[in-house]
Amino acid sequence: MPDGGLIMAMTMNAPIYIVDGARTPFLKAQKGPGPFAASDLATQSGRALLLRQPFSPEDLDEVILGCAAPSPDETNIGRMVALRMGCGRKVPGWTVMRNCASGMQAIDSAIANIQCGRSDLVLAGGVDALSRAPLLYSDAMVRWFAGMMQMKTLGQKAGHFLKLRPGTLLSPVIGLMKGLTDPVVGLLMGQTAENLAWKFGITRNQMDEFSVRSHQRALAGRAAGHFAEIVPVVDAAGKVYGEDDGVRPDASMEGMAKLKPFFDKKYGNITAANSSQITDGAAWLLLASEAALAKWNLKPLGRIVDSQWAGLDPAQMGLGPVHASTPILQRHGLTLADIDYWELNEAFAAQVLGCIAAWQSEDYCRTELELEGAFGALDETRLNVDGGAVAIGHPVGASGTRIVLHLLDVLRRNNAKRGIATICIGGGLGGAMLVETC
Amino acid sequence: MKHWILQRDADGVAWAMLDRAGEAANALSADVMAELGELLDLMEREPPKALIFRSGKEAGFIAGADIEEFKRIDSPEKSRALVARGWDLFNRLAAVRYPTLALVRGHCLGGGLELALACRYLLVIDEPGTKLGLPEVMLGIFPGWGGMLRLPERVGPAAALDLMLTGKTLDAKRAKRMGLADDCVPPRIMMPAAKQLVLSSQPRRRPPLLQRLLNGPLKFVVANGARKQVAKKARPEHYPAPYAIIDIWAKHGGNALEAPEIIDRIVRSPTAQNLVRVFFLQERLKAFGKAADFKAQRVHIVGAGVMGGDIAAWCALRGMTVTLQDQSLERISPALARAHKLFEKRLREPLRVRAAFDRLIPDVAGDGVAHADVVIEAIFESVEAKHALFKAIEPRLKPHAVLATNTSSLKIEDLRTVLEKPERLVGIHFFNPVALMPLVEVVETAGADPAAVKAACAFVKQIDKLPLPVKSAPGFLVNAVLAPYMLAAMQAVDEGVAPEAVDEAMLAFGMPMGPIELIDTVGLDIAMAAGKQLAGGAEPPHCLTERVEKSQLGKKSGQGFYKWSNGKPAKVGAGGTAPADLVERLTAPLITAAQRLVDEGVVEDADLADAGVIFGTGFAPFTGGPLQYARNNQERRIA
Repeated sequence: MPDGGLIMAMTMNAPIYIVDGARTPFLKAQKGPGPFAASDLATQSGRALLLRQPFSPEDLDEVILGCAAPSPDETNIGRMVALRMGCGRKVPGWTVMRNCASGMQAIDSAIANIQCGRSDLVLAGGVDALSRAPLLYSDAMVRWFAGMMQMKTLGQKAGHFLKLRPGTLLSPVIGLMKGLTDPVVGLLMGQTAENLAWKFGITRNQMDEFSVRSHQRALAGRAAGHFAEIVPVVDAAGKVYGEDDGVRPDASMEGMAKLKPFFDKKYGNITAANSSQITDGAAWLLLASEAALAKWNLKPLGRIVDSQWAGLDPAQMGLGPVHASTPILQRHGLTLADIDYWELNEAFAAQVLGCIAAWQSEDYCRTELELEGAFGALDETRLNVDGGAVAIGHPVGASGTRIVLHLLDVLRRNNAKRGIATICIGGGLGGAMLVETC
Repeated sequence: MKHWILQRDADGVAWAMLDRAGEAANALSADVMAELGELLDLMEREPPKALIFRSGKEAGFIAGADIEEFKRIDSPEKSRALVARGWDLFNRLAAVRYPTLALVRGHCLGGGLELALACRYLLVIDEPGTKLGLPEVMLGIFPGWGGMLRLPERVGPAAALDLMLTGKTLDAKRAKRMGLADDCVPPRIMMPAAKQLVLSSQPRRRPPLLQRLLNGPLKFVVANGARKQVAKKARPEHYPAPYAIIDIWAKHGGNALEAPEIIDRIVRSPTAQNLVRVFFLQERLKAFGKAADFKAQRVHIVGAGVMGGDIAAWCALRGMTVTLQDQSLERISPALARAHKLFEKRLREPLRVRAAFDRLIPDVAGDGVAHADVVIEAIFESVEAKHALFKAIEPRLKPHAVLATNTSSLKIEDLRTVLEKPERLVGIHFFNPVALMPLVEVVETAGADPAAVKAACAFVKQIDKLPLPVKSAPGFLVNAVLAPYMLAAMQAVDEGVAPEAVDEAMLAFGMPMGPIELIDTVGLDIAMAAGKQLAGGAEPPHCLTERVEKSQLGKKSGQGFYKWSNGKPAKVGAGGTAPADLVERLTAPLITAAQRLVDEGVVEDADLADAGVIFGTGFAPFTGGPLQYARNNQERRIA
């Protein structure tokens, strides 16, 4: 837990302003690779955001992009996208990876660089194109290739060729499944959510109800025009992608009930429908120091007041938001009820419900958060008011940026002041940001 | 030596660098060639281990012969001497005992490629600017300095004739793939690569056996095929040069000197003289773009229709960052799809295609205006709509940005009235299809800021189009000469001549497309509107009114004068022959209009009128343009 000195440091430091933001529609992975590479999505949304600024892309101090699974053609995707957006060769671009919070890490890295005076104007965001996650060769296949390289004569090569077993060739490793598996405890992310359901007694019915509501809220938000943050993207054939295409108008309890458990087969509770969707998307925020606001005459939308990272048991990674948000609230003398609006990333319905349950659990708050009792109840009417990743999708690297961007919009349209965007992170981490409108 | 810099390195390799004095680009003028002879004399006296040719110019290797010298050829002796000069010199180069290499970076055209072909090795540098070809045919002449001999030897006759008969160029990678170049390397290793290759003693690559047979005993097969191909595209009476190239290759081993009667016929033909003239007119148009030190980086186009969308795509292709505005993204996206196709066709390499696509940004909100160096309005032809647009744009413009309209039918004087600074509005008038039409009219209105007009010309040059300054007048130059021509064509149809017959007559004259097919392509509604504007109150032809009333609007509606399917008109061909004077009846109004526009000062002089009509309409280039054609006709009649 941070001491008083750090609190002083945070408050004494220069404020961090959010000037503008944008994202692509989140596009659900259909069969096979999606229409856009991660860098395409980041480029199209970023260049549109930059176009409406009074400065040129070359005037940025740096570009920071979070990405959990860039393709092999996208090494240091942050730099690559900076160049593709027309920032010129002199603007540094780099990439951060904190798994599901890569897009929030990008913002935090921008904050750090602005506060220490290295930068004044930073474009920070997140991206992933999970539909394009690669298929990998198995170790056995890689060994076979290595063996082939050592064969000199045609005869040797032919002999080696005969050693290839079709089973080896035809069972590639699915890169996405690797990414969604904890590398230390070996659980699929969905299995960590099953742990939470078990721990707090969350039922399949509750998860499905939460998920239907997420779709309904997303639809209502769309109807009310609450997704102005979306910049449509266009593919090479001229097809326009303008909306999050995973949101289902037909989401219903009956429909939800039809799905079989995916992670703990047969006996579990977590299905594809009450989990976040495998999705492609990008999101950006433009962050500025006080000096940059003055220099370019920018009108800020809000401020990032504080941020926090926390670690916990990887097998219960879904409770990350509890561990990251609680210290922020404590540091500022706030309770759950003092936060006007929450964006808590919906990796799994069970995981969001688990977070709410954990804060209400005296036992959990005492043993895991070193509190004296239960922290309190989170008002669900102020949580993910326009739906979340269950409906909108979770392009891993982009979600951390999306929830901060959208939170600000929710706060502003409700004339509210204070919000928290928080996210659970595979590997046993949580991230949270306290945001205020200007 | 004035033009060549000769150095021998420590290993005894001689490096001959051509850096033609007083010019930005290298050309093989008489004195450059004479010095090359001296250089070979020097080498003969003290043979080097190897000889490498390279260029000292940024622009490229060698652009070709010095075309200025063509103008001075006024006798059969002079034409033969011109051919002999290069043929003999390059034969001499090809025969030297030491190995030779041409290090080709940038353009290597015509005589430049013939020099490179006379070397044992040809090394090309992998850069976008590297282009190799024998474009002599485009000037109405032939590659007489050994190109017709050595190119077929090197790459086989099929590929060689294709290059020589079309005049098209190859990039570095294709030159390597085709076997024209022995290797293709990036600039960073060109020096060691050149040296290693020239000293390698590796045998020169030969084309496959079949190609060698086709270049030997089976020549007649290829020649017959090539004659048929050429006949589809060029009539021998208009363009004799491609036929001469085939004959000289097939019958005279590529040596034009063996067929002096062909030399005399081709080099001093009216076609060659007119095409050379057109070449210089083109240079004159380019020069308009050099009068201002204006360089655009960002371009904003309003209106993503056929014209606006294609202008935007073209600018992005030429390296600019382009914002394309229209009322909705759905109106912009078809233009993006067309642009992507264009980029794929022209740029080929996926990373370059992607970079161009990244530079073309849809911009529904019009935010690009504030960043743009050039803003071009290409929305529908309505004064009110354009006024509203200009009022919205002007306050957001950068101080020195060019503000332009692509209007073809409205008066710029009327459009600019709403501007705080009306003097800044210029016309930048593109032609359809943008990617293929080289001309762009830059329209100056009385009282316009001369700096804006010059900057507009510089911008047009920057995107590799030919700027033609014209004064504001209905139809400017190109449409004003086309309208009476198309009207005459339709009047012929009204009189009962079949559209096919009209088109065929004008194709025979040398037009790239018949006037009736052109009307179908442009759109009958557009032709009607343009006619009303330009015909001075005359009744539109019956055949046009009738079809427009039936909504038969041409290619776009599937039916106009012709029925269109798959982008092609069905020409049934029936309908008899055209009257003997049809060509004159159609060209006369065009010529009269062109002369009137010169007299009225809409276009500066007759040469520029010819240039504009050729590059803006495709008017038979071998005639030298409408006014040159009329002048020649008159001379012929007097004679």
